[in-house]
Parts: sequence; structure tokens; C-alpha cells
Amino acid sequence: MIRFNSVTKRYADGGVAVDSLDLVIDSGEITVLVGPSGCGKTTTLRMINRMVEPTSGHILLDGRDVTQIKPTELRRGIGYVIQQAGLFPNYTVLDNIATVPRLLGKTRRAARRQALELLGKVGLDPALAGRYPAQLSGGQQQRVGVARAIAADPPVLLMDEPFSAVDPVVRQQLQRDLLQLQADLHKTIVFVTHDIDEAITLGDRIAVMRNGGRLAQLAAPAELLSRPADTFVAGFVGRDRGYRALGFASAGHLPLHDEAVLRIGEPRGAARDRGQDGWVLVVQDALPLGWLRTTALDDAADDPVTPEMLNLGGTLADESGTLREALDAALSAPSGRGVVVHEDGTFAGTVTASEVLARIESRAAHLREQATR
Amino acid sequence: MSSDLPGFASLGRWLNDPDNWLGSGGLLAHLREHLAFTVVIVLVAALIAIPAGIWMGHTGKGILLAGGFANALRAVPALGLLILLIVELSPHIHSRTGVGNLLAPGALPYFIPAALVLVILAVPPMLTNTYAGIQAVDPRAADAARGAGMSPLQVALRVEIPCAMPLILAGLRSATLQVIASLTVAAYAPLVGGLGRLIVDGQQNLIDPSLGYPAMLGAGITVAVLALVADGAFALAGRYVISPGVSGRRIRGRGTAAPQQSTLTES
Repeated sequence: MIRFNSVTKRYADGGVAVDSLDLVIDSGEITVLVGPSGCGKTTTLRMINRMVEPTSGHILLDGRDVTQIKPTELRRGIGYVIQQAGLFPNYTVLDNIATVPRLLGKTRRAARRQALELLGKVGLDPALAGRYPAQLSGGQQQRVGVARAIAADPPVLLMDEPFSAVDPVVRQQLQRDLLQLQADLHKTIVFVTHDIDEAITLGDRIAVMRNGGRLAQLAAPAELLSRPADTFVAGFVGRDRGYRALGFASAGHLPLHDEAVLRIGEPRGAARDRGQDGWVLVVQDALPLGWLRTTALDDAADDPVTPEMLNLGGTLADESGTLREALDAALSAPSGRGVVVHEDGTFAGTVTASEVLARIESRAAHLREQATR
Repeated sequence: MSSDLPGFASLGRWLNDPDNWLGSGGLLAHLREHLAFTVVIVLVAALIAIPAGIWMGHTGKGILLAGGFANALRAVPALGLLILLIVELSPHIHSRTGVGNLLAPGALPYFIPAALVLVILAVPPMLTNTYAGIQAVDPRAADAARGAGMSPLQVALRVEIPCAMPLILAGLRSATLQVIASLTVAAYAPLVGGLGRLIVDGQQNLIDPSLGYPAMLGAGITVAVLALVADGAFALAGRYVISPGVSGRRIRGRGTAAPQQSTLTES
């Protein structure tokens, strides 16, 4: 557990980065510090490993005041990941990862062997071990940065906007992998970002900070969306709060409809028989591929159905997913029938938007009832 | 060139005479002195310039002052400074000790001012290059090194200096070449050896077949060859002391994978 007791950081020019901050960061959870630029979130993070020293107040790491621990010793026990990774360009990937174990006195051999195992854990090809950072993509560099931070297996991980310099697709992948890694490792992670969506995706709890280094609200993502503490938090969390909150609500058992599907390669003529309201779902090995418009199949009824003919607009909802996923699948399907899949990706059934909405309404009514009781 | 001077052809005869190569006044002995003096002078200059440059690059202090000072020093005429220092310093140095067969007894009062001039010439390129190199180190890498629990010394030795190595080495290289060339001027001081001895003394009696113009020419060419060899040695040394990750040089047959291309798709 990391505890901030009325911590203040005031710079020599009189500017206050953090103003009497009280904050408790629970062990084994991801706590996200989020806020506009200049709100003191990075300063807050950097005070934990003494990269910045507080002007007043105390930071306790498992009960020990961090200012009582030698900075080098403290930092070797805390993983540290920064924007654009900050890899050492003169070291290979392997030696970058082996940094902290080496500092802790491990032999080069042992540290490298351990580093090699970590490559797989962070989703990197072991063939990259001998490369230098300049030879890696931004996403790969960031993965090496994460591996370097966890190499000595520290209980605490500080991450300062680690994914902000990569493109959105890679960022989403890195976020997913971090959550997967965390499910294995159960580190105490303090994560700084200015992106509220990233905070909601990753955080077990989110600390929203406002300018002047003050804490505006500390809450779980769902609570932050449903009950922002004040207008600042409400404004920062942004629009679509009601809709985004559905991303945290389990869809439960939705009433699924069976669907007469068409396998890829089957003759086009079969589509008209199986289609429903002009659309038929096409699958390959039971995995949904896309929708086929039956009314457009005038000739060549014996020719096989090919992937180019499909409408790929529909998203897929996981059977054990959220209401948001289910609603999105229904809204995005050209047929109006949202495709729901089993955990292995195979077709489970379809659901309509009105069915999902009925579920959303009954859930809301249930919550209202609970609130009044 | 006037006809009573020995021409370029005399160089061949001079080089073919073993007496001009061997012995205490021969080309080889002077080459040996030249090399030894260069090493000592560059070493002393490096011991001043490199730590100072690292400190300045690290702290950002004194850069304006040192930068202006270094530029001003470039404009100082070596010969004028040499004469000034000999006049001012030599009378205060009373040591009559010699150093092996590199410095004759009594040469020290002249060698020290001469060496000082060359140290002053060699410091600026090393100093400016070193601090520029340290300053150019990716601040994120230095931040990550600190955050990983490295001490300030470890940050400097393991990250900052290796990353700045191309520039540090370039400074060392240009300083060395400058010392090799300028060391000939030191022979204007009495009793100081080196290849400059043959060049300066050769002017006394140009038509002397063994010590005159042919000796000047032979020594001058030797200085040029020495500079080229030193330059090559530094280029070679760079391959060993600069990390391929910093120089961008491809590595082959080392590590688990040789890089095939510099940009890779996301795995």
C-alpha cells in the first residue's frame, strides 16, 4: 500500500505542483492518476520513487517513509516505465531488461537468462534479444520498457504515460496485454495518463486530479461515470457517460436467436432460402465472417459465396461481455441482428437492439430500486 | 624553388641512407619522441577536458563560459604562445633531470612550456565535443537510468558516456591530429626533440645533404603519414568502443539475431 499524507510539492519559483495530497493506493491494483496537463499527476508519481522530493508531508510505502530509504535502493525495488520507454540505446534489448537484476548484484549470465524469459511474457519474439532499441518499433520499445521494469519482480510499478507515444491500434494492444500481465502478476501499479478512456480501460480505481495538484475524486471507473463528484470531474470524464458506463455492466444471459447460417464456399442459391429479412450470416468453421445481402444475388446461383461479397460492418459481442458490446453489435449489424459469439469466437446466436435495451432498462430500474431502499 | 636548393629528388637519396634513419639524431628516434610527446600531451589534455566536459554536460553549468573560452583559444597563435611561455616559465624551472632518451638533461625547462601550449590547443576540441555529446543524450534514457536505481556515477558510466562516445572520440581524434601537427612547432624551443627538430634545424643549413632540406622534407612527410595512421587508428578504435546501438553500425554474427532491417512491424 502506498499512502500520501498531506503531501505538497512547491517549486523554487513558488509554483505548486501538488497541494496537500491525501491518497491511498491499494496493493495489487491498478490506480490511474488522470487529469489535464499541469495537474501534478506526474509529479505525484515521481515522488513515490523520489525522482522528485516532496516539500512537505510523507509518502509511506508499506508503512515506511520513502525519504528514509536510500534513493538507489528504493528505486531498485520499484519498477519504472516512462513515455517512449527511455531505453538505453547502447544496450541490447536483453541487457536493457537485465539492468535492475544486474544492479542488484546478479551475474550477467543469470540476469540475461531471466531477461530472455521475460521477453515472451511481454509479448516479444525472443529473436529480438540481440537487437538495439533503435531497431525496434515504438510498440516493441514500450514492451521492452515494461519488461525492464518488472525484471527484478518489484511489488510496485510506476508507469508515466507509457503508451501515449504509440498509435491507437498498438496502444489498445499494449493496454490489453498490460491487463493480462497484471492478472498474472498482481502488482501495485500507479499509472499516469491524460487520457480518460485509457484510465477507464485500465484502472481498478481512478484518481482524477485538477489543476494545482489537488485530488478531485478517487473512485472505481463505473462509479466515476455514474456519480462524478463535481462539475470538474463530470466535464473531464466527458460526454456519453451513460453509454460508456454500459461498458462496465455485464450483459448477463441475453435471449439469443438461432440463425440459419451459410458457410463460405456454399452456392449462392442457398442464401435466398436461409436469409431472413434480406440478410444471411456467413461463417467459416463456425466463426462469423460477415453478412450477405440475399436480394443482390440475381444470377450465378451455383457459384460459391466468396469473402469479397460480404458486408463486414457488424461488430461481435462476447457471450460473457458487457451491455455496451451487445448493444454495439446490434446497432452495427446491417441486418439489425447483433452477432454474439462464444469465448472461442464461434457463433452463439443473435440479439436485437430492442432486446438489449429492454435489458438495460430493467437493470436501470433495478438500480433505482436499490438506491431508494 | 631556386636552382641551388636540393630538389625533391634529394628526398630519395636521403631516405635511402640508413644513417639518416638510425642513431640518436635519426628519423626513427625523432618519430619515437614525437609519438611519446603526443601521447603524454593528449593524455594530460584528456584528463582535464573529458571529466570537465562530462560535468558540464551533466549539470549544464559553465557551458557559455567554456564555449567562448574554447573559441577564443582557437585564435591563439601556437608559436607566439610558445615563445611567451618559454620567456615567462623557463627561468623558473630549475630541474636538470632528463627522461630516458626522450628528453636530454636540461630539456625540461623548455619541454614543459612547449607541452603546455599543446595541452592548451588540445583541450578545446575535446571539451566542446564531450559536453555536446553528454548534452545530446536522450534525457528519457538518463531519467530511466536514474529511475532504475543507478547512482549518478553509474548513470554517467553506463548510459551517458557510452551514448556520447561518438562525439567524445571525435574530439579526441581531432585533438590528437592537432597535437601531431603542432608538435613540430615545439622544436623552436631548444633541446626539445620530435620530428619538428629536423624541420626547424633543417632551415639552418638548407643545402646540407643529411640535415638540410631533404631532412625537412622527410620529417614533414613523416608527420603527415603519422597523422593519417593516427586517424585510421581512431576510426578502428571507434568500432570497438562505440556500441552498435549508438553508431547505427550493423552487427553480424553476434547475439541471438542479426538485424535485418531497421524498421520492424509490430509483433
